Amino acid sequence: MQKRQVYLDHGATSPLRKEALEAMLPFLQERYGNPSSLHSPGRKVRTAIERAREETALALGAEPEEIIFTSGGTEANNIAIRGAAQARRGKGHLLTSSVEHHAVLDVCRELAGEGFEVTLLPVDRYGLVSPETVARALKPETFLISVMTANNEVGTVEPVAEIGALARERGILFHTDAVQAVGQLPVDVREMKVDLLSLSAHKFNGPKGVGALYVRRDTPLTPLYSGGGQERQLRPGTENVPGIIGLARALTLAVEELPEKSRRLKALRDRLIEGLLAMGDAVLNGHPSSRLPGNVNVSFNYIEGEALLLGLDLEGVAASSGSACTSGSLEPSHVLMAMGLGLQLARGSLRLTLGRGNSDGCVDYVLAVLAPLVDRLRKMSALYPGKQS
Amino acid sequence: MYNDKVVDHFTNPRNVGEMPEADIIGEAGSFKCGDTMKIYLKIEQDRITGVKFQTFGCGAAIASSSMLTEMVKGKTLEEAQRVTNEDVALELGGLPPLKMHCSNLAADALKDAIAKYRIKQSSSRA
Ligand SMILES: Cc1ncc(COP(=O)(O)O)c(C=O)c1O
Ligand code: FES
Repeated sequence: MQKRQVYLDHGATSPLRKEALEAMLPFLQERYGNPSSLHSPGRKVRTAIERAREETALALGAEPEEIIFTSGGTEANNIAIRGAAQARRGKGHLLTSSVEHHAVLDVCRELAGEGFEVTLLPVDRYGLVSPETVARALKPETFLISVMTANNEVGTVEPVAEIGALARERGILFHTDAVQAVGQLPVDVREMKVDLLSLSAHKFNGPKGVGALYVRRDTPLTPLYSGGGQERQLRPGTENVPGIIGLARALTLAVEELPEKSRRLKALRDRLIEGLLAMGDAVLNGHPSSRLPGNVNVSFNYIEGEALLLGLDLEGVAASSGSACTSGSLEPSHVLMAMGLGLQLARGSLRLTLGRGNSDGCVDYVLAVLAPLVDRLRKMSALYPGKQS
Repeated sequence: MYNDKVVDHFTNPRNVGEMPEADIIGEAGSFKCGDTMKIYLKIEQDRITGVKFQTFGCGAAIASSSMLTEMVKGKTLEEAQRVTNEDVALELGGLPPLKMHCSNLAADALKDAIAKYRIKQSSSRA
């Protein structure tokens, strides 16, 4: 079999699409004005940024003045959660889920260290947060709920609209980290009843280092940085102009192509899952149906995830794992552990995330190289009891 | 992230598999990550004449296991016992700092096997 390069890590990042690059290029070259300047080169760039804001708002069902451009998903999450906490006069209680990205979890942990009360909501074995669990954990002092739209590791899509409804009824702020969802699922801030929503351009074929925060009108937020008045003071500093232009272009196209792309990726995903489970002694992580169209996450019993990744990489396949040693820490994935997986299965997880460039040929190739690899690693595993017949 | 030698031992591990005729089996688990290794030794007159391994672990653990078995084949128990995890890592041309603990697995499993063998010997002599 001919060796190929197959990129199956779109959950980590995705390639910049040509249309976004082309939209950005003038702003890296001749259109270099500072959007805050009064002169004509500056004003022209201001106009372009405000157009990008309108496009971004339109893609999310928001108003342009509700969009704040940031340096990415991490910064958007920080501005939202810490900003909401610091806008309060006293301390208070906030809720988040135990399967959030570190860019949410670590902010909440820090706030807990500063005297806020933080509840980490449990999830079921599919990684779902139930609205009933949220309702039960509420207190009179609860001011913020943060639950992600879709999980980055296992792809589970959370019932955010229901959580949003119960937050809105009680006048509690609701933030969602939609970094993995935007461009993969329909996202409408009004339907989801969110007050704050984070997104990141590099997950939908936009450039890296740029994102946005949706801030519903009249949501109290204290800025984290001091400086100029850009982005309604919530993110002061001269704008990442090419990044913002690229984000808006990539987002607009992603939303246009969504129904088609979603159908295509789901078909690839389901074929991939079926092929992986057919290798035996493997389990699907995450929800079987309430799942991102491009996410596959499977644990192979008796095999360690990093060994799988290394073997795949040698065959030209780029993937990722919930295995401890791949992320630099020795702890296995907090997401898989929160879902109740045993240590061994959590260490044997493999995440394959599909995107625009993937085809049936990619799925065939991965399955073809993975089967003998799984077999080889199992046979050398100290835990493998031998093939069950 | 790994050098060519480590990748080679990962891709083509030496002495991998079970050994039904083994005189002793050593085991080790890592407290850090939960990985596990088994080493099988065939011993004649205090000399290792056969060795095999099985590992559940990361790439570095598999490569270290493979390298260790190559290093101790033909050695006396006395000599084999002196092989440390640093020796294994060195022989592999180095491991990333975060993966040094993975080479412990192999060294510990070997020590476990030798210790068990000595106990077995002394009890059969008694
Ligand atoms: C769910 C989620 N939130 C936040 C982030 C961070 O986004 P960024 O890389 O733009 O800071 C990521 C990206 O890995 C993510 O998957
Ligand atoms: S991470 Fe456990 S042996 Fe390498």
